[in-house]
Amino acid sequence: MTQEVNQFVEFKLGDEVYGVNILQVKTIERMMPITRVPKTPPFVEGVINLRGEIVPVIDLKKRFDLPHTETTENTRIIIVTVENITVGMIVDSATEVIQLSKDDIEPAPDMAGGIDSSFLDGVGKLDDKLIILLNMSKILKPQELDQLSHI
Amino acid sequence: MNEQYLNVFLEEAKEHILSLNQDLLELEASPEGYVVDEIFRSAHTLKGMSGTMGFNKISQITHEMENLLQEIRSGNMTITPEIIDTLLEATDVLESFVNTIAETGEEGKQDIKSILNKLKRSDLTYISNEQNDTQLQEHHGFNEYEGRLINQALEKQLYVWKIIIKLQKECLLKSARAFLVFKTLENFGDIIKTEPPVQDIEDEKFDSEFTLFIVTSENRENIKVALESISELESIVIEPVNKVEGDEKKQINRETKTDDNSSNSQHFNKTMKMTKTIRVDINRLDKLMNLVSELIIIKTRLEGLNQDSDIQKKREALEYLERITSSLHDAVMKVRMVPIENVFNRFPRVVHDLSRDLSKDISLTIEGAETELDRTIIDEIGDPLIHLIRNAADHGIESPEERIQNGKPEKGNIKLKAYHDGNNVVIEVGDDGKGIDVEKIKEKALQNGLLDQSKQTNLKQSELLSFLFEPGFSTKGQVTGVSGRGVGLDVVKTKIESLGGNIEIKTAKNVGTTFTIKLPLTLAIIQALMVMVGDEKYAIPLDAIKETVIISVSDIKKVQHNEVILLRGNVIPIVRLYNVLDIEKTSSDLESLTLVIVRKGDRDVGLAVDNLIGQQEIVIKSLGDYLKNIKFIAGATILGDGKVALILDTNALI
Repeated sequence: MTQEVNQFVEFKLGDEVYGVNILQVKTIERMMPITRVPKTPPFVEGVINLRGEIVPVIDLKKRFDLPHTETTENTRIIIVTVENITVGMIVDSATEVIQLSKDDIEPAPDMAGGIDSSFLDGVGKLDDKLIILLNMSKILKPQELDQLSHI
Repeated sequence: MNEQYLNVFLEEAKEHILSLNQDLLELEASPEGYVVDEIFRSAHTLKGMSGTMGFNKISQITHEMENLLQEIRSGNMTITPEIIDTLLEATDVLESFVNTIAETGEEGKQDIKSILNKLKRSDLTYISNEQNDTQLQEHHGFNEYEGRLINQALEKQLYVWKIIIKLQKECLLKSARAFLVFKTLENFGDIIKTEPPVQDIEDEKFDSEFTLFIVTSENRENIKVALESISELESIVIEPVNKVEGDEKKQINRETKTDDNSSNSQHFNKTMKMTKTIRVDINRLDKLMNLVSELIIIKTRLEGLNQDSDIQKKREALEYLERITSSLHDAVMKVRMVPIENVFNRFPRVVHDLSRDLSKDISLTIEGAETELDRTIIDEIGDPLIHLIRNAADHGIESPEERIQNGKPEKGNIKLKAYHDGNNVVIEVGDDGKGIDVEKIKEKALQNGLLDQSKQTNLKQSELLSFLFEPGFSTKGQVTGVSGRGVGLDVVKTKIESLGGNIEIKTAKNVGTTFTIKLPLTLAIIQALMVMVGDEKYAIPLDAIKETVIISVSDIKKVQHNEVILLRGNVIPIVRLYNVLDIEKTSSDLESLTLVIVRKGDRDVGLAVDNLIGQQEIVIKSLGDYLKNIKFIAGATILGDGKVALILDTNALI
C-alpha cells in the first residue's frame, strides 16, 4: 500500500526542531541586512532585498515568544510563500529535508514547545526525533498582524 | 483548463465586448453603414472563442446575437432602439460572464433564458421563420417580451385575441390547414405566440387543436368570418386576452440585475489578483531587445578593460553604460504605457445609459484618447472618472427644457480631454451645464460647521469649492439613482491622491464645470530626496517637498505643546521624524535643525531630519500583502548598495 509522503524542511529554534512543508518554501537565505519598518509588531524584523524583490522578514522566536538567541553563522532566513504572501522567517539553523508519511504525523498537543497549537499542523515523529510542524497560513494571516499591531 | 489559454481568452473577450459596446453605439447613431458587419464579426469571434473554451452560455448568446445581426445585415429587419438595447443588454450579460470567468474560471450559473428569448423575439416575422430551440422555450404563459408586447398593444387600444382552432378529425393535411389559418390571420395583424410552437405545427406535431395569440386592430367578428372561410375546421373559439401581469416579474429581474452589478464591483478586487497582462507594440519590444544587446556589448567591453587600461577608456565605457541604462529605463517605461483610450472607451456607453436614465440629451466628446499613461494608473483611474461623469450628467447638465430656456443647445455635452503636461498627465472632465452654485456650498459649509461665520467673507471661490471634497458633503438635497449611490467626491479625491495626483474644480454659472485631474506619468519611478533620521535612510517623494530649510532651535515656538516655526509669516508645525517613526536618536540636540517642508493641499508641515543625502531617482516597490497599510510608509526602494530604504507617506504625516 502506498502512503502519502510529504517533505518538510527541518529547522531549529533554540533546541526544538521544527518543520515546514517544502512546497511552501521558496528559498533559504543566509542572514542579510534587514531594514526596520516602523509601526509594525515587534516580531516583524523589517524588509530585505531578495534579488530585487522586497520581502518582509519575521522573527519566529519573537512570534512564538521563545527565548532570544544571538545571530550566528548558522542563522538562516527561510523564504516561504503561502496564499500569495511571501515572507522570510529567521531561524537558528536550517538543517535538512525530511520525509514524513501521514502515519508519522500526530495531532499537536495543546502546547508544543511553548507554541499555541493553532499555529501547528501536528507533530512528526522520525526515528526518536519529534518535529513540530508549522501551519504557515495561520502564522502569516494578515488579520493576526492587524490585531497584534493594535495591541 | 490551461490557465494560459484562459488568460488569452479573457483578454480577447474583453476587447471584443468593448468593441461590441462601441460599435453598437455607433450603430445607434448611424444605422446605415458597415458597423453591423463589425458587430457581427465581434460576436462571431466571441462565439468561436468561447466554444473552443467550452463556455457554452457565451456561445449560445453570441449565436443568437449573430442570428439577429444576420437578419439586420440581410435587410429583413430594420434597426430600432429596442434592438440596440437588447443587443447592449446581451453585451452586458456577456461581460458579466467574462467577469465571472475571470474570478472563478467557470461560467457560473447565471440564467440566460431571458436574454436569449429577447434576442430571439426582437422581430416577430423573423422568429416565426426561425427554428425554435424548444429547450429554452417557455411553454406556459407569456415570457417577459410577449407580456410587454401584449401590454403595449392594449395600451395602444389594439385587440389581443386568443384563438383556439380545432381541426376536423378526418383532416388530412393538418399543417396545410394550419398554414392557411396563419396566412389568414397574418392579414389582420401579428401573431405573437402559438401553442404548440410554430415549428411543431409545421411539422404536424399536434393533435387536432392549436392556439394562437394575435395582436390586431380587427374585431372578433371579422376574424371569425375570415377564419370560417377555411374548410375542415371543426371549431373556432376567440377569446380576449387581458393585461399580462408581468410587470412584477420584470421588476424582480431588474433588481437581481443590479445586485449582480454590485457583486461584480465587489469582485473587482479579486479579479485584480489575476495575472495582469499588457499588449505591447512589437516595435517597442524590438527597441528593448536592441538596447539589451548593446548592454551585452558594453559588458564585454568592460570585461576587456584591465588594471592597465587608461582612465580615459574606463570613463568612456562607463558613460556609454550610463547612456544605455537610461535608454533602457525609457524603453521599459514605454512598454508599461497604455493609451488612456482603454479607459475612455467605456464612457460612451456610460453616457448613453445615463442620458437614457436621466432623460437628458447628452453627448460625449473625447480628446487626446491616445495620451499614454502607466498601466497601473490606467487600472485605477476608471472608477473616479465614471463618478465625475455621473456627477456631470446628473448635477451639471440641465434638463432639455431648462437648457432651451437658458438659450443653450438642447443637447448637453460632456467633454473628456487628456494631454501631457511635462511629467504629468492631465485629464479634464467638463460639462456645459449650470455650474456649481458657490453660495449654496457656503450655506452648507456654515450648516455643517466646516466654515466659521466670521471667516466666510474673505474666502476665495477655490477655497469654497474645496469643501465639495469633504466626506459627506452634498449640495443636492436628495440622492438620485445616478449619483449619490457610488463613491463620493471625497473618495475620488483620495483615490487620485493615492495615485500621486491632485484634482481641481473650475466652475462658472451657466457655463459649466470642469474637473482637472493631474496625474504622474508613472508610479513606478519617482524623484525623491533621501534623508537620514538616526541611522536609518528614508526617501521623501520630491513632488511633496516644497523646500528644505535649516532653522535654529531657538526659533522654535510652542503652541499647545506642539512645536511650530514661523517661516516667512507662515506658522508651520514641526514633526520630529524620529519620534513618529520610533527611531533611536543618535545625535544629541544641536543648535540647528534641518527641516524638509512638505505640503498637502494648503497645509505645510516641516519634517525634522538629521541629514539630507540628496536627490535620487528611485524605483517604488510595494512592501507586499503581508505588510500593507503600514502607517507613514508608502513603499520601499532598493538603493545602489542593495539595501532597502523606506519611502515616507507624507500625506499621512500631515
